[in-house]
Amino acid sequence: MTELSKIRNFSIVAHIDHGKSTLADRLIQETGTVQDRDMKEQLLDAMDIERERGITIKANTVRIDYTADDGEDYVLNLIDTPGHVDFAYEVSRSMRAVEGSLLVVDSTQGVEAQTLANVYQAIDADHELVPVFNKIDLPASDIDRVAEQVEDVIGIDASGAIPVSAKTGQGIHEVLEAIVKTLPAPKGTRDAPLKAMLVDSWYDAYLGVIVLVRIIDGVLKKGDRIKMMSNGSIHPVDRIGVFRPQMQAIDELGPGEIGFLTASIKQVRDTRVGDTITTEKKGADTPLPGFKPSQPVVFCGLFPVDNAEFEDLRDAIEKLALNDASFSFEMETSAALGFGFRCGFLGLLHLEVIRDRIEREYDIELITTAPSVIYHVYMRDGSMIELHNPADMPDLTHVDHLEEPRIKATILVPDDYLGDVLKLCQDRRGIQLDLTYAGSRAMVVYDLPLNEVVFDFYDRLKSVTKGYASFDYQMTGYRQDHLVKMQILVNDEPVDALSTMVHRDRAEQRGRAMCEKLKDLIPRHMFKIPIQAAIGGRIIARETLAALRKDVTAKCYGGDATRKRKLLDKQKAGKKKMRQFGKVDIPQEAFISALKMDG
Amino acid sequence: MDALAEDWRNGGFGLYIHWPFCQAKCPYCDFNSHVVCQIDQARWKAAYIQEIDRFAEETPGRILNTMFFGGGTPSLMDPDVVGAIIEKVRQSWPTSNDFEITLEANPSSVEAARFAAYRDAGVNRVSVGVQALNNNDLKRLGRLHSKDEAIKAIEIAKKSFERVSFDLMYGRQDQSAASWSSELTWAIDLAADHLSLYQLTIEDGTAFGDRYKIGRLRGLPDEDLSVHLFEITQEICDKAGLHAYEVSNHAKSDAESRHNLIYWKYGDYIGIGPGAHGRLTLNGNRFATETFKSPFQWLSQVEGGQMESRTVLSLADQAAEYLMMSLRLTEGISINRYNKMTGQKLDSHQIDFLRSENLINIDQDRLCTTDRGRLVLNSVIETLMPSLELFDNSQLTT
Repeated sequence: MTELSKIRNFSIVAHIDHGKSTLADRLIQETGTVQDRDMKEQLLDAMDIERERGITIKANTVRIDYTADDGEDYVLNLIDTPGHVDFAYEVSRSMRAVEGSLLVVDSTQGVEAQTLANVYQAIDADHELVPVFNKIDLPASDIDRVAEQVEDVIGIDASGAIPVSAKTGQGIHEVLEAIVKTLPAPKGTRDAPLKAMLVDSWYDAYLGVIVLVRIIDGVLKKGDRIKMMSNGSIHPVDRIGVFRPQMQAIDELGPGEIGFLTASIKQVRDTRVGDTITTEKKGADTPLPGFKPSQPVVFCGLFPVDNAEFEDLRDAIEKLALNDASFSFEMETSAALGFGFRCGFLGLLHLEVIRDRIEREYDIELITTAPSVIYHVYMRDGSMIELHNPADMPDLTHVDHLEEPRIKATILVPDDYLGDVLKLCQDRRGIQLDLTYAGSRAMVVYDLPLNEVVFDFYDRLKSVTKGYASFDYQMTGYRQDHLVKMQILVNDEPVDALSTMVHRDRAEQRGRAMCEKLKDLIPRHMFKIPIQAAIGGRIIARETLAALRKDVTAKCYGGDATRKRKLLDKQKAGKKKMRQFGKVDIPQEAFISALKMDG
Repeated sequence: MDALAEDWRNGGFGLYIHWPFCQAKCPYCDFNSHVVCQIDQARWKAAYIQEIDRFAEETPGRILNTMFFGGGTPSLMDPDVVGAIIEKVRQSWPTSNDFEITLEANPSSVEAARFAAYRDAGVNRVSVGVQALNNNDLKRLGRLHSKDEAIKAIEIAKKSFERVSFDLMYGRQDQSAASWSSELTWAIDLAADHLSLYQLTIEDGTAFGDRYKIGRLRGLPDEDLSVHLFEITQEICDKAGLHAYEVSNHAKSDAESRHNLIYWKYGDYIGIGPGAHGRLTLNGNRFATETFKSPFQWLSQVEGGQMESRTVLSLADQAAEYLMMSLRLTEGISINRYNKMTGQKLDSHQIDFLRSENLINIDQDRLCTTDRGRLVLNSVIETLMPSLELFDNSQLTT
């Protein structure tokens, strides 16, 4: 066990690509925690998807031994937190587990929306902040401008900021010293009943569920019988350790320390982020504040392209759910797509990560239906239904009104693109809350309906600002609006997977856009195909896909039989990947592409 | 399965000889043709004869209905090579009374001058690659002959052979419906009793294909014009009594190409020469045969006594090929024969659907496309084609 005064716990706050993972790598390397030969890029991002996208999804931690310039040996615990808005709750818990943060800002770019969101989380958690200006090796680096921004926008003193290049290693030693000197040591009482915060957890094929904990009070020892305070479940602890960054067993964890435990827990679902762990006997009476079970906010259907893979998909989803308490699923049947699952996610990134993992790790090709948010449907009898799927919209005669979730979105954007951003937000039914300037950059705050954002808002934002805008949001609550369910009929048959909830005032425009898109996405058939958008029984938009008029091979003789047949086989195989609605084949990409809005 | 083993008899038995050389490569052509300076005709003759021997040993006593010299440009073959091959064939198989021997020819004056010699060698039908009846288009199509040469060649051919056909290509760059219509009317005046009329198709791996990909092949007809051109072609030929018996082939009755009918009726045919394909039923199995594509590789392979590659066709393969080939014919397919071949029936839902869309007709045992259906034949075939899984899960594969 380490003495409290010799412990420093910290996290790193940064926008994507500002060099958080590289800085973490350098700190680990500089202190000799990992031998040079074992170094690989972004040590802490374990999943392929994390490495590829340069984002962190699970909290990771590493314990670093550091002998400071004052000659004392310190233990530094770094928690690498998820950096994305989808995981805001997880971030807030990680923040509560440490006393300080390195605020990493790319000195060539400046402060971004995500930096802001996370820095406020850190400030909420009473963190001491050490500003670190990264990428000073690049010619575009401008430390003074960034310092000014940090003071203007974030409102903290940037005079002690440390210029570093995580790439070359310059300034890394100074960062380590600042951690020791500037950040406070943790507090805690060894003799008090055990209170440990569950920071994160994940499934390991050999060890079962691994739980990352921060000890607040008391001591956690191997053999203890621990209790999860949210549900009262009891587990005998069979292993305690720390990450360096590979696992290393130790005998006990005391106050202020961060480490892991395993306790024959079979499902990650049984371990809730933010929960308080105590001992079965003589345990704490009150849990740590701030715990809330995570709630999915975005829903979509996942269907196997090949119907025969439904059981494989079930298997994959169940396995992933074991490791991810925030991901929910239930079976869904679609007339169009067959059997699949309606899945709930924390946000769009979470959705994409899960979908990618199913496709990659389980090799199942998926059709993803349009993401939807949870609508509150108030019925005439006074009851309220949570609507996760537009296909389940109850009969309108029984519906009194609908409410939709709203968000507060913060967007930081260079001046030049402000007009485009305002237009985009306006088009998405946004209400402007604030517009301020910091140098040549504007910060706009909008109240937006979540359903206008879940789909392709971020893509559109990136595209209209050529990637210069940064974006973050938080849920604010529900509000009534005039929402209707819009159906799409292809060849006079409704395609349930294309049903969406839209605002009444936008319905014609959306309907027209979708019909036009589908007209391009559906291949021509031997007959003409009407494509219609309808609200209730009323058609609000219509396009007609003309019949294929000519598709005949001019020459086909004895020498052509083999080749032409292979072509036909290929075409036929291609058709298999489409979905049949009556007599019409719809390509799988149509289910998502049709909903994308260009303007 | 004896009935199945003899299925090829429904289509007959033919022999295809591929001559792979041309004087120039046409920009639209994706056939296996090559331009070389010198050809050792004696060496090629020997190779063809050796191959005929080999196949004859495997198919003793089969009555041969047709043979066809295709290419490339077979009218570049020495007439005595053609004669020797024909003589060898006649020695090797019993031939039918109406044994048809076709040779593809280019209408240059040099080649036309050899027509009589080919006739003397035994050729009784010639198919002349005219392609267009105006010099500008002939040039754009990369042809070496002129319009006048073509007309003269047709005249000579008609004098030399009992049966003459020629090819035209339409849907050419900048071709209007009116100009095609008058060109075709003129062609019919020149024609004997058979015409092959192809819509120009841009194939990958050709000069046209390359130009098309970079957007440098302009003036091609759009879909509407393309349909219109096809329709006037049918109309004009019908009026002249040259009915379409296949998508691109028109003939007076009994003047059809019997050799090509073997392909379309899905009979057996031997393919000899570089890149030649065959379909051959041996001991109850139907094989797809394919030779080496490169002329000199083929030659040395034959000289070294090596055989071409052979693949057994599953019932699914055969069913698909039968549909694909026979639906090209105006007479369509025999439902009975299809059922017998595959041991299962055509999908009745799909048939109902195609009939309701007026794409196919059924008259007792025959299923054939309507005029509308013929224009979208590939889609019709695809709709009727059995799912491969149906076969994979059954014991029906050979």
